[in-house]
Amino acid sequence: MGILEVKGVNKRFGGLQALGDVNLSVAENSVHAIIGPNGAGKSTLLNCLVGMLIPDSGSVTFQGESVLGRNPHEINQMGISRVFQTPEIFGDLSVIENVMIPCFAKRDGAFELNAWGAVRGQADIRDTAEQILIDVNMQDKRHINAASLSRGDKRRLEMAMCLVQQPKLLLLDEPTAGMARADTNNTIDLLKEIHDSRDITMAIIEHDMHVVFSLAERITVLAQGSPLVEETPENIKGHPKVREAYLGEAQV
Amino acid sequence: MDQFILQVLNGLDKGSAYALIALGLTLIFGTLGVVNFAHGALFMLGAFCAVTLSRILTLSHTVIDESKKDFLGNPLKVEVPYIQDWFGQAAGQTIIDWAVPLSILFAIPIMILIGVVMERGLIKHFYKRPHADQILVTFGLAIVIQEIVKYYFGANQIPTPAPEAFIGSFDFGALIGREPGAIIYPYWRIVYFLFSALLIAAVFAFLQFTTFGMVVRAGMADRETVGLLGINIDRRFTIMFGIAAAVAGLAGVMYTPINSPNYHMGMDFLVISFVVVVVGGMGSLGGAVLAGFVLGILESFASLQAVIEALPGINQVVIYLVAIIILLTRPRGLLGRKGVMED
Amino acid sequence: MFGLDKKDTGLLLIVAALVAFAPILLNPFPENSALAQFNAGYPDLMQRFVIFGIFAIGFNILFGLTGYLSFGHAAFLGVGSYAGVWMLKLLTINVIPAIIMSTLVAGLFSILIGYISLRRSGIYFSILTLAFAQMSFALAASVLTPITGGETGLQTGLNDPRIFPEFLGGGATSGGNIPAPELFGLEMRASYELSVGGWLWTFNAGYYVCAIIMLVAFYVAIRIFRSPFGMMLRAVKSNQRRLNYTGLNTKPYMLACFVISGMYAGLAGGLMVSMDPLAGAERMQWTASGEVVLMTILGGVGTLIGPVLGAGMIKYFENIFSKINDNLLHQWFAFMPDGLEDFMVAVIHPFIGKGWHLTLGLLFMLVVIFLPGGLVEGGQRIGGLFKRKKKNTTTDTQSTAAN
Ligand SMILES: Nc1ncnc2c1ncn2[C@@H]1O[C@H](COP(=O)(O)OP(=O)(O)OP(=O)(O)O)[C@@H](O)[C@H]1O
Ligand SMILES: [Mg+2]
Repeated sequence: MGILEVKGVNKRFGGLQALGDVNLSVAENSVHAIIGPNGAGKSTLLNCLVGMLIPDSGSVTFQGESVLGRNPHEINQMGISRVFQTPEIFGDLSVIENVMIPCFAKRDGAFELNAWGAVRGQADIRDTAEQILIDVNMQDKRHINAASLSRGDKRRLEMAMCLVQQPKLLLLDEPTAGMARADTNNTIDLLKEIHDSRDITMAIIEHDMHVVFSLAERITVLAQGSPLVEETPENIKGHPKVREAYLGEAQV
Repeated sequence: MDQFILQVLNGLDKGSAYALIALGLTLIFGTLGVVNFAHGALFMLGAFCAVTLSRILTLSHTVIDESKKDFLGNPLKVEVPYIQDWFGQAAGQTIIDWAVPLSILFAIPIMILIGVVMERGLIKHFYKRPHADQILVTFGLAIVIQEIVKYYFGANQIPTPAPEAFIGSFDFGALIGREPGAIIYPYWRIVYFLFSALLIAAVFAFLQFTTFGMVVRAGMADRETVGLLGINIDRRFTIMFGIAAAVAGLAGVMYTPINSPNYHMGMDFLVISFVVVVVGGMGSLGGAVLAGFVLGILESFASLQAVIEALPGINQVVIYLVAIIILLTRPRGLLGRKGVMED
Repeated sequence: MFGLDKKDTGLLLIVAALVAFAPILLNPFPENSALAQFNAGYPDLMQRFVIFGIFAIGFNILFGLTGYLSFGHAAFLGVGSYAGVWMLKLLTINVIPAIIMSTLVAGLFSILIGYISLRRSGIYFSILTLAFAQMSFALAASVLTPITGGETGLQTGLNDPRIFPEFLGGGATSGGNIPAPELFGLEMRASYELSVGGWLWTFNAGYYVCAIIMLVAFYVAIRIFRSPFGMMLRAVKSNQRRLNYTGLNTKPYMLACFVISGMYAGLAGGLMVSMDPLAGAERMQWTASGEVVLMTILGGVGTLIGPVLGAGMIKYFENIFSKINDNLLHQWFAFMPDGLEDFMVAVIHPFIGKGWHLTLGLLFMLVVIFLPGGLVEGGQRIGGLFKRKKKNTTTDTQSTAAN
């Protein structure tokens, strides 16, 4: 029984079957990659997990509890954080404020009317936020407006915002897209280290096979909305079906 | 039953005005993505085009009429409009009498010009600014236009009657075989409704059947793609703004006999027209027209004596109440498209 | 100090000083000089400065922090006014219960309207608030006449059945006159006049009551801006979706913000009737809601001091500009040759007196076009110019030194 169980999920957009009978089980403390060509339904699947979309049928359970019908903030409070495919950050706020907000969410829950105490008086929050910025190597940018960061930095910031919550399950939608090679490698190291040190389960969508094979313990291949195979990285490489549907195209 | 028909009819003329203003607002919003709070001012300017023309037509000089004497026995001075000098007394009088319909010709070029100047001079610079900024700058412009009109025309209502031929009422009851006199309806309101219907039909036909209209509609749906096709969408949008201004202006011109214009009539209509646009669904032309008539008619029903007795005050609030209910139950309004102005 | 950092404390102290000495600062011209028209140190004008300041500060907590543009805030001001007058009529002529009640009733009313309106965002939210306010206005002016006094308005009267006529030092009906609102026996309209040289300064009790409350309101606003709650509100404006996926429920945050903002408006309404116990329905009309939007924008949206500046500026314009007339203009331009004098008067004429709205509209457009940050941004730009000059000089000296 995995920490995340997706059973028989279907989702249609008008005439398009974006997800067709998807089954997925993510084992606790594993790194599970979901790969597949563009338009395969990977992001749609994540949308169904975090409360952005409700599947037409099927069930999604996290630690044995259903997430369907819950609001996004409730699902996050259950311990699921997500990095989006296009960075979703607070552009008008400074970098440090961007990471402080998830700290508050983690400490105080979904709503806390603290309109009197100053933000700068919250030493614990500030320390945690500073620490995560050091971890992602952004400490020197902490007072910059997030909107003016580079694309790669925005992605790293968003990752920091998710990591600082210490989620039980971290969903990453193409975390290294748009990053330079060196940054990609840094990100791989960061994710590895976090995975090793903090018991975080990760589900990662990625087109870059270098990233996938460096991190993943299991890989699910999605094509046209349905899972094709689920295997270990070693077995995936040689798998004829996958080669046909995907790897040929990605030229690994 | 008579009451019912009467109220529907009564709602039509106000509904027409709402529909025309809302249509223009939607055109501007749909094509340019701008929320134009100065649109009511355009409606008001149209009305004042009619006022201005009738003033021009009645420009007079004084002549001494020897045939009439005042009580002291001196010859009487009378004001004679120039127009009567030029066209003869009877023809001149008729032209003056028909000032309001004639203003249509006068208002079209003026309103298009005002619209184009407004777009090129101000609105253009706000395409990329947030909606709040657009609302605010056009709101400021509306105040300015309104104050200028007030400066020149004063704060009072200016009666601008319909041509003599349209004064009086039409016995609608007799026509549909009900008791004569049960349903009477002023002629001019019939004219206003038919005129509005024609104008609305013309706008839709223009968008539907001309290449210009097709490009504009495509631009409303997806501005970037159309721009990429190498079509100069901006110029067309400027013209579209001029047309929207003209539509609002004409609605104002023809409305003057129904309600004597004053400088703040634009704002009064604007607030309701925005409600109309939102109820119809932001960006939906059909929705704007539909909602305009629906709300106009509902408003007139709510002012029935029986209804007011049952629900005191309902006539004052029915539009807003309906708007609230629709917005909460149909988030995108009656016919709204997905994804328009949602964030 | 007061749990604020150094910069905010400084700001608060400056505002406090300005407000305390306003009767002197706003009367810079001697009583009989030609420029006395520009004096603004009159009790009722100064009261309006601070009362609208409170209104705008509250509006800015909503609009400035979250970006939700309410077009119906005047409704809360109106409801607060009515509640205040009723307290003055039924309970006591002492203003304290009136002020408290105004704030509370407006708060309750904003829970209702906020709960419904906040289900939508963007322009839909604006239209919903507008619709509610227009409904309140229409009902207050018509069917609710027994409660609101209809079009004539609601005011205190001789025969009001006050339960505690002498509560907290409040006076009973005095000598057949309608009692004036007061605080522990101190009438709000009481003033102390001080004449120094050619200057005349009026220190008014009502003004100082409003001013102290305004300072408290301003202080509370600073705390809200700097609090985690304020940060969440700014995050709503920046990216509401991200906030939801970060585990925060934006709904209660928005509702709390809306209610706080509505209570500020109610407080302003309560103070208004405490100064002049008359509340009319036109106070709730959408033009009144528009006015507070203008004030906030003009001063600087989302800044602390901006709304106060904007409110002061607009109320000043309204009172002073509308008082200027042609005679006065002729006096000013008397030094010019006659033709030019008449020309100047003719040019300026449309913008003064009854035309002050035109000036306001133009000013407003100019601000939105060229200075979206309002007066505060203008101030910063000017300050920036000076700073840059200083920097330039220092680099100059450095380079000379290097040579
Ligand atoms: N909200 C939506 N409405 C309609 N169609 C949608 C919606 N979201 C996704 N789709 C469609 O569903 C299909 C799957 O999209 P999805 O974004 O899940 O693909 P993906 O696997 O993430 O691709 P990529 O690698 O490009 O990110 C696509 O054809 C997409 O156009
Ligand atoms: Mg995707």
